[in-house]
Amino acid sequence: MSGEDGESGGRAGDWAELHLVLLGPGERAPRLPAETAGAPLEARVRGFLEHDARVGETAAVRTVLGRRVEGSLLEVLPPARQTFGRPVPELLEVGSELRALIRAGGLEGA
Amino acid sequence: MPDRSFAAVLARRDEIVAAALGIDYGAFERGELAFEYEALMASAGTTLEDVRAIQRAAKVGSTPLLELPALTRLARLGAPAGKGATILVKDEAANPSGSFKARRASVAVHEAARRGYRGVVAATSGNYGAAVASQAAMRGLDCIVLQEVYDSLGRGQPEILEKGRACEAYGAEVWQLTVGPELFYAMLLALEETGYFSASLYTPHAIAGIETLGHEIGAEVLERYGRPPDAVVCTNAGGGNVTGTARGLRAAGCGATAVIGVSVDLRGLRMDSDRDFNRKSFTTGHTGFAMPFLLDPDRTDVPRSAARPLRYLDRHVTVTQGEVFYVTEALARLEGLERGPAGNTSLAAAIPLARELDEDAVLVVQETEYTGAGKHPTAQLTFARELGVEVRRGHPSENVPGRVIAIPRSPGELSAVEVDLDEIRRGYLGRAVGDRPLDSLGDVDLEYLAAEVGGLPVATVAGWLEAESREAGARA
Repeated sequence: MSGEDGESGGRAGDWAELHLVLLGPGERAPRLPAETAGAPLEARVRGFLEHDARVGETAAVRTVLGRRVEGSLLEVLPPARQTFGRPVPELLEVGSELRALIRAGGLEGA
Repeated sequence: MPDRSFAAVLARRDEIVAAALGIDYGAFERGELAFEYEALMASAGTTLEDVRAIQRAAKVGSTPLLELPALTRLARLGAPAGKGATILVKDEAANPSGSFKARRASVAVHEAARRGYRGVVAATSGNYGAAVASQAAMRGLDCIVLQEVYDSLGRGQPEILEKGRACEAYGAEVWQLTVGPELFYAMLLALEETGYFSASLYTPHAIAGIETLGHEIGAEVLERYGRPPDAVVCTNAGGGNVTGTARGLRAAGCGATAVIGVSVDLRGLRMDSDRDFNRKSFTTGHTGFAMPFLLDPDRTDVPRSAARPLRYLDRHVTVTQGEVFYVTEALARLEGLERGPAGNTSLAAAIPLARELDEDAVLVVQETEYTGAGKHPTAQLTFARELGVEVRRGHPSENVPGRVIAIPRSPGELSAVEVDLDEIRRGYLGRAVGDRPLDSLGDVDLEYLAAEVGGLPVATVAGWLEAESREAGARA
């Protein structure tokens, strides 16, 4: 992503995420609930950009397997967005409660 | 270029699947609705010893079987005198990709390599994706994994994002789709474009891969405790875990062991709903998969599923999301094992189930899975809160899937809610027979149906079918 801001675009060779619409809202499987049927079936896939491209533009990547995929450029060097989240007070209490229960229950087997 | 519309791709389904599996399922069909299940399983051409050798070479299996003394004590604290089985857990997180799914993947990918495929494709939002990717990496095969990850607002389920990251870590090309059953459509397209092997979860190879899990448990409990396990508790979704484990237990001489399926209760949430998708904190091992697959095991990506849980289940129970989070915390704080949470679904049921058994009994929880960012209880509960799900302490009965997660206030509140298996069996039979007149069924069909619902007497099954037919006649 040398020289380009990853949020605005990337250069050939950058690792990037594409967005594709596989099926439009009217093209989906039958008998879906309305909220699903009314949305397109979308996909995201990653690979090395084949050329310079700006976010939102049509772009092509080579995936890690060397397959060529075309879509709209979503992001360059997409980060992992899953985290451990915030502490959960309701769970923080549980360990101490259980330890106390085991202690109160006597030493046998503890 | 072939037509990529949904209808056109589905119309090519049979030829695509046949090319990608190389199994002639038609050869096993018998009678009006039956098929030769054991012959299909034997067609994998591997003995238990063969599978063990494949898995040893693939760094899979021989996982530790750990006693859980503190959780056993918790179970006994709330039990009548003399009750409270010893609880063991099979630490399947020790497999290469962090879950028992490595067992399934090892045999499927071995088969792909043996038959000369250059790559494998799997459609899965579960740990199976990383398992296939890991096994493919070891063998130098290409791997494509397709997942259902995002809702239409672009919110990704954190656990599935983590599974996607793991797939990429093992070198897979990952397709992250939005909500919908068309994951299967996208898988067909990938198979058609690449000519790769379908590493389905439901082939005879995949199920044979789990038999070693049941066998290891049976053999080790016999050796260490001088008795077969009294109960083995299995998280159940598509039925493969139950099927393979039970078959392995039988092979180890533990046919009398009670096999108990457990699912997280997510009743009320639709699995194909863009709105409900992110309102659940468990992405598998729940009733949204377990119940439809019990009623129709063949609703998979293969013509005949090798996972047939109703044949093997002695009981099935449900637990709530809050209970699984609670025992996940207990496992970390009291046993020093940070795992799951999804793989701890059966562990949540183990405490109440152990209370039903005598103190000298042995109850085995047959899996754990790795934890990590996205998967961890704090990740899931943070995400749930962001979506407006209420998280609080409370009795399990206060859980409302998609709205309230109640974390028990004491281990005494943990409960395993019984599923009426006879009702499921009757539902299975009704669906399997469909509109066919009963006199169109021959002995081969009735014997098949009796085996399908757990080896009940043919007369019992015939009686149920006749009663159902009379009721249907009365309704009409």
